[in-house]
Amino acid sequence: MSLAQHHIGEQTACFHCGDNCPTDRISIEDKVFCCHGCKTVYEILRDSNLLNYYDLNEKTPGITPDAAANKRKYAFLDETSVAERLLDFGDDRTSRATFRIPAIHCSSCIWLLENLQRLDKGVVRSQVNFPRRELAVVFKTSQMSLRQLVELLARIGYPPILRMDGKNGKLMRKADRQLYYRIGIAGFAFGNIMLFSFPGYLSGRGGLDPQFSSFFGYLNVLLALPVFFYSSLEYFRSAWKGLRNRYLNIDVPITLGIMVLFIQSLYEIFSHTGAGYLDSFSGLVFFLLIGKLFQRKTYDALSFDLDYRAYFPLSATVIRPGGEEIVPLEKIQKGDRILVRNQELLPADGVMVQGPGSIDYSFVTGESDVTIRNEGDPLFAGGRVIGPAIQMEIIREVSQSYLTRLWNHDVFTKPSRSRLTPKIDLVSRYFTLIVLGIAALSGGYWAFIDMGTAARVITAVLIVACPCALALAAPFALGTAQRVFGFHHFYLKNSDAVETLAGIDTIIFDKTGTLTQTRQSEIAYHGEPLSIQEQGMVRSLARHSSHVLSRQLHTALAGDVELAVDEFDEVPGAGLTARIDNAVIRLGSADWTLAERNGGSQAQTATSEIFVSINGKYRGVFQVARSFRKGLDSVARDLSAKFPLTVLSGDNDRDRDELRQKLGPEAELHFEQSPEDKLDFIRKQQAEGHHVLMIGDGLNDAGALKASDVGISISEDINNFSPACDGILAASRFRDLPQLIQFARDTLKIVYLGFGISFLYNLVGLSFAVSGMLSPLVAAVLMPVSSVSVVTFSTMVTRMRSRRYRLR
Amino acid sequence: MLCIGFSLFIAVGFLALFLWAVRNGQFEDQVTPSIRMLFDHRTEESPSKADSRTRHEPLNEGVGK
Repeated sequence: MSLAQHHIGEQTACFHCGDNCPTDRISIEDKVFCCHGCKTVYEILRDSNLLNYYDLNEKTPGITPDAAANKRKYAFLDETSVAERLLDFGDDRTSRATFRIPAIHCSSCIWLLENLQRLDKGVVRSQVNFPRRELAVVFKTSQMSLRQLVELLARIGYPPILRMDGKNGKLMRKADRQLYYRIGIAGFAFGNIMLFSFPGYLSGRGGLDPQFSSFFGYLNVLLALPVFFYSSLEYFRSAWKGLRNRYLNIDVPITLGIMVLFIQSLYEIFSHTGAGYLDSFSGLVFFLLIGKLFQRKTYDALSFDLDYRAYFPLSATVIRPGGEEIVPLEKIQKGDRILVRNQELLPADGVMVQGPGSIDYSFVTGESDVTIRNEGDPLFAGGRVIGPAIQMEIIREVSQSYLTRLWNHDVFTKPSRSRLTPKIDLVSRYFTLIVLGIAALSGGYWAFIDMGTAARVITAVLIVACPCALALAAPFALGTAQRVFGFHHFYLKNSDAVETLAGIDTIIFDKTGTLTQTRQSEIAYHGEPLSIQEQGMVRSLARHSSHVLSRQLHTALAGDVELAVDEFDEVPGAGLTARIDNAVIRLGSADWTLAERNGGSQAQTATSEIFVSINGKYRGVFQVARSFRKGLDSVARDLSAKFPLTVLSGDNDRDRDELRQKLGPEAELHFEQSPEDKLDFIRKQQAEGHHVLMIGDGLNDAGALKASDVGISISEDINNFSPACDGILAASRFRDLPQLIQFARDTLKIVYLGFGISFLYNLVGLSFAVSGMLSPLVAAVLMPVSSVSVVTFSTMVTRMRSRRYRLR
Repeated sequence: MLCIGFSLFIAVGFLALFLWAVRNGQFEDQVTPSIRMLFDHRTEESPSKADSRTRHEPLNEGVGK
């Protein structure tokens, strides 16, 4: 039963969750784990004989549980008033609760969660609803409290989402159920009406005996009534709502089609001029409803549920007793104390524990709103620290969806550069009108021949025309692409960004931090030696800045005394300054620190330099070894073949030769660029009609990222991005940039293909309908088939294409 | 005529059964039962019958419309 360990390169994978294990292994018997959490879950399962959990899936199913440290986390569930709101029902003997557990993701999860009674005898039984990620538990009130149940779930790695508003997952039931009722009634009516119409069909030359004919006619009307007044209700309502808002939605033609067929049939039956078409009518409604159900299930299956592992590639610095640690956002917990530096975002709600500080809430409120906060004040997620760093304690978990919502806030929306959307809007607006026109014309034509056929033709035309495919191809293809990108650590703000990325024709890079990365260990100092105290001052100053060089400097200088700083300021492109112990320290560029060019060492290639001045006197320079990012050669080679490349750097031109060699003879290289220079350059390019992709860091390039058509920040272990950027690319994936761009282009082609399919379908369908060869029944079947096929096509082909680039 | 009435009566009976089944929650989840079917329900040690065979009627009785 023991699974062989997987070896990824030289690292071993955790037996429980599959993540890489650190070198100091945690292990039992022959199994290795990445952390104590995973080991604990394994032990829990082993002791209750539940190791089958690991055998049910090929991939390791385990999830790292919340750190056991948080014993008070669920204490609030002990209060009866709160517990009552979360329970479905409860009395002295049994209680029942339904939880939404996003971590459910495979059959092992289902198996484990349905075997909870083996972990704790207080559970009577439990049942998972996989598509909804829900768990319903019945437990004995005397043996187990709600709190204990929730803690049990959290301990094995399946914490529930607890909402106080009672909406714990019962949202969808009513709507779904109604649809089934409607389908049942329509189907019943359809089958029986068809049965009763057989005598009419099979009656041969003379027609049916009028007495029978009217009898079956009235019977059919009786059966058709509930179909008209109940089953089709949703369509009528939706059409009415649309018309009231002066808007022709897709349900208007459908409603018209239904009514025409029904009324025509009633007329024929009551006036004894014919048998009516109630079999087609009820079949029409039946298949329309089935189509709706089918669509709903397909969309659900293809939906973009954010994988519980796909998070922003952002991290925060957590302060632990042993030192500081960089922790990815999704692992930050309540109670953690984090350091937030100048320009970094507050990742979650909390309380300031070391300050005071200035917080800019423009990301949240949309207005440039800098407020001073002191120790003890509450702080809210999305705020940005301006000035000296602060420490805060996290009170509420990081909500990725909240941050994404902020990111997509109106204020940061660039004017949509989507070229698809206006086209789609134009077509939708006129589509329904055109269809109504065609229906009227063809109906008018056929009316001269036979009213019955005219009614059927009108209905068929109204039903078969489907604009929905037009509206669906883009969101599904672009959304799938966005999701694929997300798995590949390239996080786009929304799916429009995929489209804009596909349309760019020139690429601009920032240099420091984008094309280059610094190597931790290699910092050298040249110049007048600094005393221990002065080093401490430099270090304390560097601590407040999130710039990559500041952090490097801070880590490199030993010491743990943090001196208080006054009058802190950080100027992008220049440097830092503060007053510490009555001395004014400056760190940064040569100009900023007034380093004499002769006094300072000659500019060395392959380093980044941080000059130091104290009290206005230049002291020396820190040289940090830097290298160009891995993969730059291949990236540059691939991209320069297709796009004009430009480098805009705030640094001086010492790296010119090396960059020239890497990027090729045609690349434009500009140095000593201020943030305004970069902005001007981009604007000029756009004025010439180019579509610009800018890749930079969030700190100095905020304006440029915003102005460009697509702005991407490269993220490397920090919590620093400009909300006006369109995407974040993890530094480790930099080398995939050419493939990512190419995939975006392919996705756009897929969207156009989807349009083509939809157009062809409408063309063919309408031709058949107009010529009288299409029965409304068949039209009703074709309609959902068309939209589902476009959706499935867009999604599946996009996914398949992503495999070509090995993006999955 | 009588025959027709009778057959309609039976048909309506089936419709009623279907509507009842929907109300009873049998159409709530059409994915999980297919996965659940494939689990082994091994009995461990000697638990009482009530424990080892997990019952799989929908846990939705009594939930209103």
